[in-house]
Amino acid sequence: MFKFLFKRLLVLVPVFFGVTLVAFGFIRALPGDPIEVLAGERGVSPERHAELMAQLGLDEPLWQQYFSYVGDVLQGDLGTSLITNRPVAEEFFELFPATAELAICAMLFAIILGIPAGIIAAVKRGTLVDQGIMSLSLAGYSMPIFWWGLLLIILFSNTLHLTPVSGRLSFLFEVEHVTGFMLIDSLFSDEEGAFKSALHHLVLPTIVLGTIPLAVIARQTRSAMLEVLSEDYVRTAKAKGLSPLRVIAVHALRNAMITVTTVIGLQVAVLLAGAILTETIFSWPGIGKWIIFSVFSRDYYAVQGGLLLIAGCVMVVNLTVDLLYGLINPRIVH
Amino acid sequence: MTSITATTSYSVRSQQWREFWFYFSVSKTAVAGLVFLIGVVLMAIFADVISPHLPAEQYREFAEIPPAWMEGGQMRFFLGTDYAGRDMLSRIIHGARLSLIAGCIVVLMSASIGILLGLVAGFRGGWLETVIMRIMDTIMAVPGLLMALVLVAVLGPGLLNAMVAIAITYTPSFVRLTRASTLSELNKDYVTASKVAGAGPIRLMFISILPNCMAPLIVQGTLSFSTAILDTAALGFLGMGAQAPLPEWGTLIAENRDLMLSAPWTVTFPGIAILLAVLAINLMGDGLRDALDPKLKRS
Repeated sequence: MFKFLFKRLLVLVPVFFGVTLVAFGFIRALPGDPIEVLAGERGVSPERHAELMAQLGLDEPLWQQYFSYVGDVLQGDLGTSLITNRPVAEEFFELFPATAELAICAMLFAIILGIPAGIIAAVKRGTLVDQGIMSLSLAGYSMPIFWWGLLLIILFSNTLHLTPVSGRLSFLFEVEHVTGFMLIDSLFSDEEGAFKSALHHLVLPTIVLGTIPLAVIARQTRSAMLEVLSEDYVRTAKAKGLSPLRVIAVHALRNAMITVTTVIGLQVAVLLAGAILTETIFSWPGIGKWIIFSVFSRDYYAVQGGLLLIAGCVMVVNLTVDLLYGLINPRIVH
Repeated sequence: MTSITATTSYSVRSQQWREFWFYFSVSKTAVAGLVFLIGVVLMAIFADVISPHLPAEQYREFAEIPPAWMEGGQMRFFLGTDYAGRDMLSRIIHGARLSLIAGCIVVLMSASIGILLGLVAGFRGGWLETVIMRIMDTIMAVPGLLMALVLVAVLGPGLLNAMVAIAITYTPSFVRLTRASTLSELNKDYVTASKVAGAGPIRLMFISILPNCMAPLIVQGTLSFSTAILDTAALGFLGMGAQAPLPEWGTLIAENRDLMLSAPWTVTFPGIAILLAVLAINLMGDGLRDALDPKLKRS
């Protein structure tokens, strides 16, 4: 197990350096030199330019700049935001809970609906129920989620007045940020109704962000179940006279879950990309909205740091999925 | 002699086509997807002929007219007009052109580079393979849309740059697929035979091995085509892709976003266009996978 973990970590090393190279190259590849980009239209005098170049270490040779950058990164220094003048890592981790809360809810939404839908479709294979579920999931898979979000706002917020349009909490409430997870913070706050408000704010973003994972999980669960259901041991279990429910829920599902877990793990990167669009539509104060704002306000050090941290998240999740794989499937011995 | 070989390979090819069509046409939904897609392609090609108005023509006095079947709608502007009085139907028809071309170019760029790198990685192996695969791992570590955004920030916003950025993020899946199939084909007898017959590496890679790796690549290409349309639209929506007044579908949604509540049709119809086009391609992709996947073929 440890040998396996070590091996996997070793593969991550070149990827980590690759991502730092991308993040490092990003600032250097911007048209014009960084100082000019930062100065914008106001321009900068030659003396000040040289001074800033020296201050940011940009007058050193490229390889030296890269090594000092990686050194900084390894010490947790991801640079300073040009807009807020705060460390990028600090900003990132302050906003991260908002994205994590949304992503976790979206994933739960996708799993809780997707796995049963996939199982039902597989068990009722070829019937109208199966075709209905699969058509819906294909439509979900083809959905432009930014449009889906706007459509839900038009319908639920504007026409039916059921849900709020944007943000995480109504202005009426003041909740102290303890965990950063609004649902938890509002539940333990003294404000009455804050939890309900937080929940209301979460509904639409969760549906929008969860739609594509939901569709993918339903499709994959169906095909994994179909494969497993045709196995000999399932036939044996049926022949022994076990109830269909037991055969499906205990014998088949456990093995089908092996494939589905991998798929769920792969969806995390999809969720993080989807968060960019979802948070923009719902003004959700998380990483996605922050990175879009940083791109547009040319806060390139924030983009650089965000890129690295998001890639780090994806790598950690992929590693976790690999390890979980061994737990669910004892046939794989690390 | 040559003519005989030519006819044989021709009849083999037509035989293959017939077999492919036999399996593909089993799925009615896949055929429906194909037919719809052909319709969209025709609409894109003949956009100038079939669209009732010019896409950029502004009928100022007819701004925000609702669709024909709603109260206050006019048959002249069947799907209504936007804030500047431009006909939505004409803009969507012309937008099909941009979206389809963007999808095609993204797939062509990423597939040709990906297949080339994948073939080289699988065929040559060694350090070259390691370098190529680690670069691909790096690209895959960053979520696609974020990577595309960062690349567009460097290249500058615009449809062409958005296509290049998206193509780069799609390349790794083609490299991985091609490399995996190349590795499984590499030690088969027919490859050894042509090696013994004196075929050079280029011939081995492109003429012997590549045709036998095509099935999964075609499926991947179709799926990438649909996600490319979605991602181009997403970048357009974020203001980093096609720029207004180009009627690209995502850009159409972005420019009418402020009218979303007062004139919802300006946002609804471009989205439906994206959804239907992508859905049709995905239906076709599913059918292609079933038809080309030898594991699923029941003889």
